[in-house]
Amino acid sequence: MSAQSKTRKTPLDWLVATFGRLAVSIVVPVVIFGVMILGFQWLRAQTPSSNAQKALLSLVAIVWGVGGVALLYVVMNFVVESLPPRLMRLLQPYVFVGPAMAILGWYLALPTLRTFWISLHDRTGERFVGLANYVAVFTERAMFEAFRNNLLWILFGATFTVAFGLMIAVLADRSRFENIAKSLIFMPMAISMVGAGVIWNFVYEVRDVNSPQIGLLNAIVVALGGEPQAWTALVQPWNNLFLIVVMIWMQTGFAMVIFSAAIKGIPDELLEAARVDGANELQVFFRIMLPYISGTIITVLTTVVIFALKIFDIVQVMTGGQFGTHVIATQFYRQAFTNQNKGYASAIAIVLLITVIPVMIYNLRHFSEEEAF
Amino acid sequence: MATQQPVQRKQRRNWRKLWGQFLVEASLFFLVLLWTIPTLGIFISSFRTPWDIQTSGWWTVLPHREWQVVEEFPKPENIDPDGVMEIAGVVGTFEAFRQGIETPDGRRIIWIGNKRLGKIQIQELRWTMRTDFTLDNYRAVLGGKTFELKAPDGSTFTVQGDNLIGAFLNSLTVAVPSTVIPILIAAFAAYGFAWMNFPGRRLLFILVVALLVVPLQIALVPILQDYVKLNLNGTFLAVWLAHTGFGLPLATYLLFNYIRSLPRDILESAFIDGASHFTIFTRLVLPLSVPALASFAIFQFLWVWNDYLVALVFIGAKPDVQVLTMRIAEMVGSRGNDWHLLTAGAFVSMVLPLIVFFSLQRYFVRGLLAGSVKG
Repeated sequence: MSAQSKTRKTPLDWLVATFGRLAVSIVVPVVIFGVMILGFQWLRAQTPSSNAQKALLSLVAIVWGVGGVALLYVVMNFVVESLPPRLMRLLQPYVFVGPAMAILGWYLALPTLRTFWISLHDRTGERFVGLANYVAVFTERAMFEAFRNNLLWILFGATFTVAFGLMIAVLADRSRFENIAKSLIFMPMAISMVGAGVIWNFVYEVRDVNSPQIGLLNAIVVALGGEPQAWTALVQPWNNLFLIVVMIWMQTGFAMVIFSAAIKGIPDELLEAARVDGANELQVFFRIMLPYISGTIITVLTTVVIFALKIFDIVQVMTGGQFGTHVIATQFYRQAFTNQNKGYASAIAIVLLITVIPVMIYNLRHFSEEEAF
Repeated sequence: MATQQPVQRKQRRNWRKLWGQFLVEASLFFLVLLWTIPTLGIFISSFRTPWDIQTSGWWTVLPHREWQVVEEFPKPENIDPDGVMEIAGVVGTFEAFRQGIETPDGRRIIWIGNKRLGKIQIQELRWTMRTDFTLDNYRAVLGGKTFELKAPDGSTFTVQGDNLIGAFLNSLTVAVPSTVIPILIAAFAAYGFAWMNFPGRRLLFILVVALLVVPLQIALVPILQDYVKLNLNGTFLAVWLAHTGFGLPLATYLLFNYIRSLPRDILESAFIDGASHFTIFTRLVLPLSVPALASFAIFQFLWVWNDYLVALVFIGAKPDVQVLTMRIAEMVGSRGNDWHLLTAGAFVSMVLPLIVFFSLQRYFVRGLLAGSVKG
């Protein structure tokens, strides 16, 4: 080593070394990239004939995908680190944040602009129609119905989710069975909305008046002397409430967990002081706990409202939008992929985006206040 | 007198406390019951025979009183079904017998069938449980081949299996990379934002924060156009990338908050020892961030596994790559009344997330808290 470094470098050596390094840093990525593409094409060409074969292919695909991304970083870093130090220091941060930014740009940032652009065109995307799609969105009956329903989802869904979440959090905090109770209430969060749709369709199942009811709700109604009903097809718009129940069922666990943590964060002295001063439990709840966790309540409320705004799976699976249950997201799907009216669908998506802009602004303001960036 | 009063008050207070505690436990128990019963319903139903599911509620597996036949005989010859008649000591019209007439000794006389060829049953209320459980429903939905089912009358008929095993594998193939890839990419980015200085750092991070709440519907139309052009549609890669894109803002934001809070001196001493950013990231920061990575991993895994919309749009109608949620949703459409298959199918789709959820709940909650308190 030391003997070598003492020999003077001729320009030729330097040239060879630089070009060698350059060559390696070009050849290696190209080869790896090529192998990845070949791997993709090979995987794509496979048609597994049995589930065992399929399992093996799945494993290969997972390794290919995850390994490929990891390799991407290793190679990029290798290339950058073989550059002169000053250039390296300049470029290395972009190796770290670059891929994330590229994907964010492709999948979220640019689509916002592109969707807006598409929304100004007709269904084929060729003819410019200005704001005609927006006019249609705000005047058509079907969309009015969707907006109204989303409003119901937000009003009832968010209110009851927060109320139940808070109630259960407070109760669980005093219970001896806190952990198991919370786990069970939380469980629906692990279930897909499609699965939840099946679960609740079964609860709402209706049978002929003369045969035994196999849906729980109708069985209870009949046992109490009522008539069995097709709940999700009932009096509009109130049949929506039976779909909203599914969301409340799924999201209460989320609200409860957050509230529970917030309640545990209230200093004990504060609560004790109030009790010593003669406050009863209701007063303690309304005068001390609620104000103390009001920030958390707003956060949870925002999250649940956004969830309600984007609701899709539950409606799509349970009623498919029939019986006056369409919401904004199901109308978007219907227009974009069933009716193939991309312009109209894009206008709906933009309206959806506009409704969350206040939250976006709040997040940004919060961020610029909090972070010493 | 003066000594008794405090004792009494104390006792009263103890009573009130006990009563309060009882109220708390009782209402909590009621709510938990309300929340678990719907799931319990499909879980139990998925093990019941199709015939049982169609003719009785799933709660009949619990002990309950039910009319059971004690005696059955053909309708007596000597009676006139159009008038008032007497059967087994009970008087009534045909309509009344069709409904069933209860006798004072707790029996019920009921006419089965029509006026001409009817049978008479004498029934009694007895405690019973319908516990005829089977695994056939699971066999039917899991397998891909045709499957034989027995009808209650003993005949058999074949149905096409739903091959949920295949869909399960597809879900796994979608969910694992869609969880690992965004976390890897987000961790790199989070490290870059937290520990490196570069032009545009603040602006780019503001972009991340702004994109936190953007609804993914905004991206579906243009991204689908791109996929069609790139001929990526219906591939796993397409879904991985989509989930990566939609999960990245939150992942980056959460991991940034965590990685930034790592003790500064550990990293600085590594720098002084001459370690590169890449080495510090892979050898030091990643291992130290395991709790945060795990929290987000569970979050993202459940999200991706349970996703329906993204799969629906980017996988579309290709049956050999369809994921579980799509297959279940399809079954709701095509077999809406085959509750024995739907309940079993729904449960197959829930098994893995439920296992992940219950075994790693602590991390999941931690991730939720980190995500919501800020975002």
